[in-house]
Amino acid sequence: MAAAGRRWRAPPLIANPWLRWAIAIGAVIYLALALMSLEVKWSRVCEGLDRGWTFVVAFAQPNFISRSEEIVEGIVESLTMTVVATVFGILISIPIGLGAARNIAPVPVYLVCRAIIAVSRTFQEVIVAILFVKMFGFGPLAGAVTLAFATIGFMGKLLAEDIEDIDPAQAEAIRATGASWPQLVNYGIQPQVMPRLLGLSLYRFDINFRESAVIGIVGAGGIGATLNTAFDRYEFDTAAAILITIIAIVMATEYGSSLLRRRLQ
Amino acid sequence: MPVTIGDGRREWQLRDRRGQIGLWLMWLVGTAITVAAIEQISGETIWAFVWDAPEQAADLLTRMVPPRWSYLDKIWSPLWDTINIATLGTLLAIVLGTPLGFLAARNTTPSVALVRPLALLIIVSSRSINSLIWALLLVAILGPGVLAGIFAIALRSIGFVGKLLYEAIEEIDLSQVEAIDATGASPAQTLAYGIVPQIMPAFAGISVYRWDINIRESTVVGLVGAGGIGLQLQSSISTLAWPQVTVIFIAIFVTVVASEWLSARIRHAII
Amino acid sequence: MLLIEGLTKQYKTGDRALRGVDLTVPQGQVAALIGPSGAGKSTLLRCVNRLVEPTAGKIALDGVEITGLGRRALRRARRQMGMIFQEYALVERLTVMENVLSGRLGYVGFWRSFFRRFPAPAIDEAFRLLDRVGLAEFVDKRADALSGGQRQRVGIARALIQDPAILLIDEPTASLDPKTSRQIMRLIRELCAERRLPAIINLHDVGLAISFAERIIGLRQGVIVFDGPPERLTPAVLTEIYGEEDWSALIRAASEDGEAEGAGETAAAAGQRQTGFQGSDARARLT
Repeated sequence: MAAAGRRWRAPPLIANPWLRWAIAIGAVIYLALALMSLEVKWSRVCEGLDRGWTFVVAFAQPNFISRSEEIVEGIVESLTMTVVATVFGILISIPIGLGAARNIAPVPVYLVCRAIIAVSRTFQEVIVAILFVKMFGFGPLAGAVTLAFATIGFMGKLLAEDIEDIDPAQAEAIRATGASWPQLVNYGIQPQVMPRLLGLSLYRFDINFRESAVIGIVGAGGIGATLNTAFDRYEFDTAAAILITIIAIVMATEYGSSLLRRRLQ
Repeated sequence: MPVTIGDGRREWQLRDRRGQIGLWLMWLVGTAITVAAIEQISGETIWAFVWDAPEQAADLLTRMVPPRWSYLDKIWSPLWDTINIATLGTLLAIVLGTPLGFLAARNTTPSVALVRPLALLIIVSSRSINSLIWALLLVAILGPGVLAGIFAIALRSIGFVGKLLYEAIEEIDLSQVEAIDATGASPAQTLAYGIVPQIMPAFAGISVYRWDINIRESTVVGLVGAGGIGLQLQSSISTLAWPQVTVIFIAIFVTVVASEWLSARIRHAII
Repeated sequence: MLLIEGLTKQYKTGDRALRGVDLTVPQGQVAALIGPSGAGKSTLLRCVNRLVEPTAGKIALDGVEITGLGRRALRRARRQMGMIFQEYALVERLTVMENVLSGRLGYVGFWRSFFRRFPAPAIDEAFRLLDRVGLAEFVDKRADALSGGQRQRVGIARALIQDPAILLIDEPTASLDPKTSRQIMRLIRELCAERRLPAIINLHDVGLAISFAERIIGLRQGVIVFDGPPERLTPAVLTEIYGEEDWSALIRAASEDGEAEGAGETAAAAGQRQTGFQGSDARARLT
């Protein structure tokens, strides 16, 4: 029996007291500095609240009519960009993903593929879009290329990680039959990663559509340009209509892809 | 049945006839859609510009090097703002998104019929709209500045945090909750002892992951006036100051890589 | 016939898994490889088809030297060596038939295998083998829907459809219950006898080795410390291989059992020659 009156307290998350306090104090100091460097013009904010209210009101009565032609055009353009970018992005990301998987690719190929993935993932789509617009001119081509480029980094990384996580025994068994490298990929690896690859592709389709609504702001086609104009003109009712359309389409594709995924399992 | 017996021999095919036809149909439709989309895009493309692209790229490259390193002095402050937008935006999103997650999870929501659909709608709306669009909206409402950026990042992240959190909550082990319930604990105590410990790793992982994404996102909200390094990028591009753009790109690259490294380490430490 | 001379394997970590192993396995012989975990059994097996690259030494199968083959020639050599794995190593999401046919990958081109258009003789042989191992009704089941024993039968069929000159078998019973283990071992032994196939079997279970193998090779720390028929496997020998333990009871039980097995097998083999049908228990296992 332990002696009575022994004290017990829950052990702290970080065992080292110095580190614990350093992190806590550091966090407090950072927060204070960050909040102090915030310059807020309260008069402007108050004024804005009115405008915010107009937007909320506008959201309740979205105006699909007055700019319906631009909206339809923009949405169609966004969708085409999404389709093309997703298809080509995935087609290119498969070899890159294979090359970036350490367990099946030789070291030089591995390094090159990992570098491509790193560059593609670091820069936000909009920044990439700015560069591609400079190169290809305004329009949906720049947008499609941007989204494809972003898709390569995203899918390549996840595919490579998936391949690195496969059950090595299954792949070894296929190798032991005297299979060539492409046969090894087709029989030993593809069946193991396919379900997730399909799921990720559908997920990336969603993301690409959402992103396609943004890169139009810098001139890369899609619904973003229309939306930007609407905000610039303070046409909040049109902006609300566009946003509602985007939300509806995202919900629809998400629902569709979840149905598809369940069927493919 | 893929196995058919014809003239005394068994034949084998992976798919039966219907499966085969279905598969080909799927490919056909997929290809048709893709081709139509390509047609549409190429119709709207001015090909002269595209053929010109390699020259444009080469031209851009020669103008971008050498980088104007002296410009670094001017971007420390916007870089600090960028990090603040990401961090404060993420914190705000966690504060608002966590209750939302609990309201949306089937097993913790107060009302499946009423509260849950509402919470899910908020989550979907927040997720569907990119932070840059939120920024566009908030700049129009609050005026340009860091504050709009923080709220833009937060509004986009609420849905992200809420969605991943409610999925984590729905996957918890119910027997643990039952065991706490059985001790006579109040609902709040059940939450604290039965549910929170189970979702803590997921919660921490989600927060750090979103912070990492938000660093990337906050580099661009300035393009529409919501503060941070995007402002500098915008003005450098519009004045065609390409050597400055290079410096900004390098700064962004370093920041993003550093944040990715940091978040990976934190996630490792937690799990 | 498999010939191994001076086989040595040193891993990058510095572990010396094999230290100069010499071994000859003649036509039709079933040899069991026993030894404690980490003795190098698995490495030895994988060196033969070079899933693990040997550091030094020579391996030759039917006069063809495996060591030193180029990639293409190695693939050709691998299809002559059927391998059966512990935990089955089936491709879980492929059907039974696809798994069996994957044994023919070394013989067909990529596009044929990609569209699953294997030559008719390969498919006939696959059906024959599935009948033989008692899985005729499971052709289009996915591998992950099968029980452990059924999966290992698919693994055996996959190895045999390669039309191998030798079988390399790695802990075939490691995750099976005792009864299924015995059935699988009996099946392997019968198949080797039918086809006069030599086989090397890694076994954890000394009892199974004594009952089902005609030759036992004891490995300890990468060196062969025993090589002979099961009768010569005395408690002293087992102590040398595994370390101190009371072995006598195990040996007594297993060798009585082995005699029964031997008698049974001769009878079964005789029956087969008469009827042409392969093994009466193939049917029984279906139930």
